[in-house]
Amino acid sequence: MIKQPQIDKIGKSDRKGRYGEFGGQYVPETLMHALLELEKGFTEAMQDESFLKEYHRILQDYSGRPTPVTHCGRLSREIGGAQIYLKREDLNHTGAHKINNAVGQALLAKRMGKKKMIAETGAGQHGVATATVAAYFGMPCKVFMGKVDVERQALNVFRMKLLGAEVIPVSGGNGTLKDAINEALRYWAANVEDTAYVDGSVVGPHPYPMIVRDFQRIIGDEARKQMIEMTGKLPEAACACVGGGSNAMGLFTAFLKDPVVLYGAEAGGKGTDTALHAATLTKGRLGVIHGAMTYLIQDPNGQIIAPYSISAGLDYPGIGPEHAHLAKSGRAHYEAITDAEAVDALMALNRLEGILPALESAHGLALAMKKAKKMRPDQSLLVNLSGRGDKDVRTVMNYLADSKGNEGGSEQ
Amino acid sequence: MSRMTEFVNKERGMMFIPFITAGDPTEDATMELAKMLQSAGASALELGIPYSDPLADGTVIQKASQRALKKGMTLLQALRMVGKMRSRGMKLPVIIFTYFNPLLQMGQEKFFREAAENEIDGLLVPDLPFEESRELEQACHLHNVSLISLVAPTTSEQRLKVIASSAQGFLYCVSSLGVTGVRKKFHPAVFSFLDRVRTVCRLPIAVGFGISSRDQVDELSGHADGFIVGSAIVSMIADRTARLTDPETRPKALAEIRRMLEDKLLDQKVENS
Repeated sequence: MIKQPQIDKIGKSDRKGRYGEFGGQYVPETLMHALLELEKGFTEAMQDESFLKEYHRILQDYSGRPTPVTHCGRLSREIGGAQIYLKREDLNHTGAHKINNAVGQALLAKRMGKKKMIAETGAGQHGVATATVAAYFGMPCKVFMGKVDVERQALNVFRMKLLGAEVIPVSGGNGTLKDAINEALRYWAANVEDTAYVDGSVVGPHPYPMIVRDFQRIIGDEARKQMIEMTGKLPEAACACVGGGSNAMGLFTAFLKDPVVLYGAEAGGKGTDTALHAATLTKGRLGVIHGAMTYLIQDPNGQIIAPYSISAGLDYPGIGPEHAHLAKSGRAHYEAITDAEAVDALMALNRLEGILPALESAHGLALAMKKAKKMRPDQSLLVNLSGRGDKDVRTVMNYLADSKGNEGGSEQ
Repeated sequence: MSRMTEFVNKERGMMFIPFITAGDPTEDATMELAKMLQSAGASALELGIPYSDPLADGTVIQKASQRALKKGMTLLQALRMVGKMRSRGMKLPVIIFTYFNPLLQMGQEKFFREAAENEIDGLLVPDLPFEESRELEQACHLHNVSLISLVAPTTSEQRLKVIASSAQGFLYCVSSLGVTGVRKKFHPAVFSFLDRVRTVCRLPIAVGFGISSRDQVDELSGHADGFIVGSAIVSMIADRTARLTDPETRPKALAEIRRMLEDKLLDQKVENS
């Protein structure tokens, strides 16, 4: 399962912004001022009733919260195990959980007197969410996106442009998410004085993993209450997909002190026995990426390897540092789900419940279906359905066409 | 006296500290470039370790990293390359510029063993701010390697004092916000920033980021003790990749780079040392 890292003495310290040995602030000095200012601004904002009130008001009036919890009766019966419940983040404005964080960070930027916003995006969901709140608040916005992702997510690129954002294609490295993050951080370093960097996941240097988690914990806080109302008790288990891990952290945070088993599904791609996956916790080693110490996929010399997943939202070579800590301490359990398993789960949810999940969320659902099988029908398992699958229709179509062509071949 | 101490104690005008990327375009070319820079009057050499995700670097150095990585350059190979340079007459202090992850993967013990064997004088880790560098700083001290600290115009007064008081070798002052790369203009507050640094720092002050002309160096003199030039040199190297790769055409390309440096950047009076 999880490889024990060889922890070198270099860089170990007991500072804030740490989750066990993970996290920290591994960034150029030019960014330290901005991070310290952001930490202070965030801490003050979260203690300010009027800030929190405004954040919740926008989520309610604009995004449509609280999102419902849906019981999947037909799916649960077919599996023959635990009752599966979905937290419907796909029903948020812009179609994913990303909006919760974007609203929070944009509101914070405004409060801190920043004039412009920048963000990075892989599949485009965080880019669309940030461009949306930028339009809502009337702030100029630049979105950094890998060149390869710009090409394969043309629809989301167009949506961001409609929203008035400038999309900046990044050709460095492999032209995917990790390179977009590098470029966004580089741009930020040059423009820290008037620009807010809206980080999209529980990754990056402190305080970002904390900020994104705290703006996403609304998912778990709502779901916990809703489950008790619906079933009279806590769920036995909760499950979510992890790329960087923001929707999972949002769900898990509410249950950390409860006797609820936590499962994270990471992208197994074509299988963790191949080189084509993004299974950071299953196959990664301790290292530093984008300003944080965590597990990451790298070569023996410490160069970062570009990951792979059918889901552009999960192909990130690192993982949020708090997840690394939850994995190492054994509080949460992470398993790799292959492309094939995710697509099967996506099809099952469509066929049995009439819901099209994002490919990211389908990874979480696939793991939940495996676990539910081993549980009793009087038990319940809560899955965070982090986003809707409209953006992935073409990918799924191509995947199914390909796998049909390969039938009788190497299909697993 | 260690090379690093000797370097910072030398009485002279502005110290010239060039940066080149190890393995760009080849290991042999890097060693020859280093030799040329020494004879052109450099005071120390900053040797960049290529990295896949260089957060603090602009396009020019990012591309140099990509070229060097394609040639298979690693931290270990670069350290051993310095040893080879030493046996061929490299006398300058050599500062290894590496992002933290390659160093972490090599491990502290191995790094310092190799650093000693190959006579490394300094270490600069651009993504390891003061808060994260305490342990490495102590280890550097123990192994007689200077850990070079950076400060920027955005560094607060209080931070500046703490960083300056524990800095080793010289203090690296970032002239502008953002990443490495040639710039026409400095940050508007750069001179008052450098003067502020001067009042709290007992070490020599060197300025880097964006320096590509003698005019800029002249502007800085009186406010700093040295200047670091990276992207300007690396782009001269990039323009001559093919000729620097071929041992037959290399000497002429090296001579061209040297002439350009002398014309654009260096005081004409610099004598061969």
